[in-house]
Amino acid sequence: MTDLTRTPIIKWDAAQTASAIAKGEVSAVEVAQAHLDRIEAVDKKVNAFLHVDTEGALNAARAVDEKRAKGEELGPLAGVPLALKDVFTTKGVPTTCGSKILEGWIPPYDATLTARLKDAGVVILGKTNMDEFAMGSSTENSAYGPTGNPWDLTRIPGGSGGGSAAALAAFEAPLAIGTDTGGSIRQPGAVTGTVGVKPTYGAVSRFGLVAFSSSLDQGGPCARTVLDAALLHEAIAGHDPLDSTSIDAPVPAVVEAAKMRDIRGMRIGVVKEFAGEGYQAGVMQRFNESVELLRELGAEVVEVSCPSFTLALPAYYLIAPSECSSNLARFDAMRYGLRVGDDGIASAEQVTALTREAGFGPEVKRRIMLGTYALSSGYYDAYYGSAQKVRTLISRDFDAAFAGVDVLVSPTTPTTAFPIGERADDPMAMYLADLCTIPSNLAGNAAMSLPVGLAPEDNLPVGLQIIAPAMADDRLYRVGGAVEAALNDKWGHTLLEEAPAL
Amino acid sequence: MPGITREEVAHLARLSRLELQAEELDHFAEQLDVIIGAVARVSEVAGQDVPPTSHPLPLTNVMRADEVRPSLTPDQALSGAPAAEEQRFRVPQILGED
Repeated sequence: MTDLTRTPIIKWDAAQTASAIAKGEVSAVEVAQAHLDRIEAVDKKVNAFLHVDTEGALNAARAVDEKRAKGEELGPLAGVPLALKDVFTTKGVPTTCGSKILEGWIPPYDATLTARLKDAGVVILGKTNMDEFAMGSSTENSAYGPTGNPWDLTRIPGGSGGGSAAALAAFEAPLAIGTDTGGSIRQPGAVTGTVGVKPTYGAVSRFGLVAFSSSLDQGGPCARTVLDAALLHEAIAGHDPLDSTSIDAPVPAVVEAAKMRDIRGMRIGVVKEFAGEGYQAGVMQRFNESVELLRELGAEVVEVSCPSFTLALPAYYLIAPSECSSNLARFDAMRYGLRVGDDGIASAEQVTALTREAGFGPEVKRRIMLGTYALSSGYYDAYYGSAQKVRTLISRDFDAAFAGVDVLVSPTTPTTAFPIGERADDPMAMYLADLCTIPSNLAGNAAMSLPVGLAPEDNLPVGLQIIAPAMADDRLYRVGGAVEAALNDKWGHTLLEEAPAL
Repeated sequence: MPGITREEVAHLARLSRLELQAEELDHFAEQLDVIIGAVARVSEVAGQDVPPTSHPLPLTNVMRADEVRPSLTPDQALSGAPAAEEQRFRVPQILGED
């Protein structure tokens, strides 16, 4: 256990922070201020935050301190600061989704996730940078400039939740929230050396999450430790009557699972299809060592084949744009956001087209048109219809695999963080970043990425992906917690302690 | 599968309500052609016998009692509007003069 008195507050994990606040060793205001100071000091370089809500954060922290002073019981994350991806609505606080079309928009209501965080006494520091409307794998598609990876500011922090992952890795917040449509929590986690979890689809409410692809989008926790991710998972998960796709079932005991640190007797499948051409040697090396570690920890490891996974990427790039072309039709310049070209003569239709042209960036336009194409008469069966059939085949592959194993593992990403700009004008190269993460979005099951070391050739973080069946999210935390504990013992410290100081 | 032309991109842009610039049409035509070429192989594997999956959860219609509940006030609902008048969204003309 870290000696808290000798460690700066910003280096504490969420569990330590909450415990210190509950015991009165530190006030929530001191904790919030330490993080606001850190943001002030480093965020000009990192650009993790689009909006810092200093007043809101300090007020929330004061409320926790007052509650404690009155002797009221505090929740397990009370007073812990958090960075919230700018895709969740926040009442009275700007929400832009990284887009010009929502610049200056202040929502009149909180997302269910936002409200649950506030109820838990979590201190929301501000809104984090992201690829516009969560479309991208690098955070370069933000209308407000790219975010840098704290391991090397010239490289991408992953996407679309690059701001959330970078805020964790730069010690600007111990907790963050992301959304994962094709890997946007796990891929940023992998390339920044942090933990990211895509819960089972429907486990965390999507009410107030600005929709990109409704059948794939899933909010979830980002943290620096597996236990912290579990604590956050418990705080945000659970049924919400405001979301018709929310699962009405008990949340699995993820915190308990994160503390178990015992995987003896578990059966773990290595997905054969996630290897080969396009995978960086150092990524495969660390992955293979992780598989060896799982064996040493007492798990039985077997190879599993999921042949349809090779079609996940093409299916995703038909389904996600199709849903996005429909969801983003709401940005019509009439009810909220930007309006361009309203000169008293132009028609509403022309104003809509001029506004969308001015307000959307290239990746969003590309996907809207791709989706419009895939859904158009004459092409529907060949593209969108076929992609939906592939989705069935992928689910069947998962079902067959989970009949024989408890979880599946793979590298989270084929490569480590690439330089900013390297893939910016090559959409197909960019899309490959989510190769291993996409199948779980199509099938709706749960998955986690956690750091398992640095690639020897570039000293950048490598992530291990763990995949569990739907509603068995606790298995991710059981395996993740055991792997993390074993690696920290081996290294004598956490991976992030090796990150170059900003 | 057919390739995608500049004219088709212009048509898609109209359907998508995007007033694209000339240089964007060329750029997107090239990129969409590559992307569509790469994703087209989904149609090669999915046979007649495979049912489509549109959503990971079996969706059912969710009903509630028809009771008045708290909601946004008109002022809140209009707070983000580009233009409002008399508690309504003010929009550009929808019907032309012809």
